[in-house]
Parts: sequence; structure tokens; C-alpha cells
Amino acid sequence: MKIKAKVKKDITKVKMLIKHDMETGRRKDQDGNIIPGLYITEVSASHNDQPVFYAEVGQAVSKDPYMAFSFKGGASGDKISITWKDSSGATETGEAAIK
Amino acid sequence: MLVGDDMNLSEKNMKIDRRGFLSNLLKGAACIVTVASLPRLALAAWNEKAFKAETLEGAMSSKYPGLEFVDSSAIKLKAPAIAENGAVVPVGVKTDLPDVKTISLFVEKNPSPLAATFHLTPINVADVSIRIRMGETSNLIAVVESGGKLHRVQQEVKVTIGGCGG
Repeated sequence: MKIKAKVKKDITKVKMLIKHDMETGRRKDQDGNIIPGLYITEVSASHNDQPVFYAEVGQAVSKDPYMAFSFKGGASGDKISITWKDSSGATETGEAAIK
Repeated sequence: MLVGDDMNLSEKNMKIDRRGFLSNLLKGAACIVTVASLPRLALAAWNEKAFKAETLEGAMSSKYPGLEFVDSSAIKLKAPAIAENGAVVPVGVKTDLPDVKTISLFVEKNPSPLAATFHLTPINVADVSIRIRMGETSNLIAVVESGGKLHRVQQEVKVTIGGCGG
């Protein structure tokens, strides 16, 4: 997962790029069998361990999801942590410092 | 005497062991409960009904039951007029409306119209972006929940190559 966070005039903008296939469950493989759905359902972010973002997403989100959000406050060097969870229950957490 | 002492001792040990075992078991159970409830706190509930709805009306009413929609010019929906590749359509939603609780994106003609819901708090700036899939040319609808009302704006996005399947 790639995370970029930048503070400008007291507003921190956080951009993330998550590596995930986001299988919709509608695609078929070469033999015509349906590839089972496996996609991210929830993404949450925290700033110095305080929640600052939460999104519910569905199959309609592109492969390797990109998302961005902004919040007030945040200073250079503060910790941003992002966690996603997919439909199988798998999760991943990434961290970055605000620039 | 010695034997008796030993027996007492071992009985004592057994008691401690049993108590220790029970308390460990309880601690273990408490840990499991904590671990199980943590992700729920961090990640509130995924609205399965709304995401699995197959019509726009179904998805909207599951997502926002009982709330009225008003068309709004206070929302800026940024999306391409023509998307060459439906698999990756960049979308941005921005608004100056106060007290924004949620922002949702719906694609009218997608097999599952609800694409995403962003939950915002007062510290957030109502400015989000995401890349979504669009199966075919369709209306893209952004809904902003603010002040107990649903504000809506829509735009047609023409899709040259579909983003679902194949």
C-alpha cells in the first residue's frame, strides 16, 4: 500500500493506493467458470491513532483502489495509519508520516 | 508425616492449578472478545444490503431509508464526460454544505449501483476522490448527507469500454 499525506494551510490531504484485485465475482476465467468475488469492503484511517476517515466500498471500485480524503489539523511528521478489510476478512495496515 | 505433607502440597498445587487454569481461561476468553470487537469498532458495519442491491432505487433506499432527496447545486461532482476505460473512472466529490455525515456514489446502470460511502466527521473537509468501475454509459450520482437531508447531484458519463467483466 502506498500512502501520501501532505499538510497545507492546516488541511492534511491523504492519498492512498492499495494493491488489491477487487474481483467482482462477475468475471469468468478461460474455461468459463466464474471467478469468485473478493473485494475490499472497508477502509479506515487514523491520524496519531485518532480515527479520521472511514469508507464502505463495493465491487464497483477499480482494481488497485485509489482514494483520497482531507482533514483539518495534522502536522508534518504526524503518523497516518490506513487499514483495509476485504470480503474474505483479510486485512492490511499501512503507515506513513505527514509531509 | 512426610508423605501426608507431600499429599497436602500436591492437593494445594492442584487447587492452585485448577484456579489458575480457570482464570487463564477467562483471561483468554476476554482477549478473544476484545480482539473480536476491536475491528468492529475501527471498521463500523458494511451495509451489505445496499451494496448488494441491484437497482438504483433499491440501493438508495437501503442506504438512506426514509430520507428525502433534494437536487443541490452546492455539490461539485468531478468526473469525465467521456471515460475511455470504464474500469478506471476517476471521481471527485466536494461540497461546502455544513455538517456532512456521509457522501455516497451511485452508478445507475452498474450491476450493483452503490460504489462507495464515505463517512465524515467534523474534522474532515468534504472533499473525497476515488477511482471506480462503470459497466456502461450511465448516470453517476453523488449524494451528500448533511443536516438530516440528502443532497443529490448527477452527471452522465459516457463509457467507451466497459469496466465490468472481461
